[in-house]
Amino acid sequence: MRHHKTLWQIFAAPMLVGVLSAVGLVAALVGDGWWDGVSWLTLALPVLLCFFFVLRRKRDGLR
Amino acid sequence: MLLLCITGLPLIFHHEIDDLLHSEVKAADIAPGTPHANLDRLLANALAKEPGQVPHFLIWDRDDPNAILISVGPSITANPVNNRLVKMEAHTGAYLEAPDVTGRFTYIMLKLHTDMFAGLPGKLFLGFMGMLFCVAVISGVVVYAPSMRKLDFGAYRAHRPRIVRWLDVHNLAGILLVMWTVVVGFTGVINTWADVALKIWQSGQLAEMTAQYRDRSVPATLASLNSAVEVALHAVPGMTPSFVAFPGTTFSSKSHYAVFLRGNTPLTSRLLKPALIDAETGKLTDSRDMPWYISTLFISQPLHFGDYGGMPLKILWAVLDVLTIIVLGTGVYLWLRRRKAGAWIDHTIAQTSAAQAPLTSS
Repeated sequence: MRHHKTLWQIFAAPMLVGVLSAVGLVAALVGDGWWDGVSWLTLALPVLLCFFFVLRRKRDGLR
Repeated sequence: MLLLCITGLPLIFHHEIDDLLHSEVKAADIAPGTPHANLDRLLANALAKEPGQVPHFLIWDRDDPNAILISVGPSITANPVNNRLVKMEAHTGAYLEAPDVTGRFTYIMLKLHTDMFAGLPGKLFLGFMGMLFCVAVISGVVVYAPSMRKLDFGAYRAHRPRIVRWLDVHNLAGILLVMWTVVVGFTGVINTWADVALKIWQSGQLAEMTAQYRDRSVPATLASLNSAVEVALHAVPGMTPSFVAFPGTTFSSKSHYAVFLRGNTPLTSRLLKPALIDAETGKLTDSRDMPWYISTLFISQPLHFGDYGGMPLKILWAVLDVLTIIVLGTGVYLWLRRRKAGAWIDHTIAQTSAAQAPLTSS
């Protein structure tokens, strides 16, 4: 019998990314300087994760 | 939706693109703290170069403290959408340029992005499309759960046929970008309601503030613009002028200069507060904070444009936009395949997930 994931297991990681994105979207609005930096980091996270997961498997595929 | 994403992409960098494609007369760099030119003189200089035009708005350039823009139209009742922008040097009051922007690449993209050259109906139509976009994102989250029951977060099955790989890309990028796409999508929708919100403000708060002037027409001679701005700054201390709406324009009554002031922190600089100055006597009539629906509009604008966190944020905005286009593209592909082949696809996906060897390679 294959293990089926619960909703919590499916959505835990996306929710964390979502919450961080929201923090980033608001941070640059609230202040300048390091607030902007927080926003750059948190909004870069989903982008980097996309590339990470796709490229990781691509590389594995070549081996 | 694809149109919105694609035309939106160059708009993120509209300043940079305009700089690149069109030569621009720049205002000289002048040490901060140098006093501004007298606005009456500056206005007279601008109108001398634009005979037959009347001023609608005077705008302090947000991105260039050395420039002041004057929006002029053929008459005070003309639609300001067709206005020309005259750029003036803020400290000397000298005329800089009044380029025709309507043929520009960024202008065409902006029109396609906001109203498809169809005015308010076009705007509201695109707003409706934006709402459908948000609904599509939410429904995507709902179907994400069943398709990820057996997979780990971030799964990308590189050895499977294209339909499976694209499904994985669609799921992965889609779920990671949910927050950004919903925020940008919904703030875009709010922006399409700007004209409506402005109308409500005009017939609500603005009408209330100028009730005793209701039946008057635009005064023949206007009081000094420069002193009107000074009166406004004095009445609302600690704020910076953003723009002035001339009497008879959509942002003011027929008898007032509406001087719109903004705060000095990143957040409050997005919120405007009008001070209404009697255009005949030059005295303050009233100044109130704008209602919540206008404030919501102002706050939603930077969240849609991505112009509030320097160049790195703009670049991120562009990358996120490209990823959204990929999610849309793979989504359309998956939908078409599914429609054509019906249950066969589900069968294939189920089989290839179970089988070790891919059925086809491409």
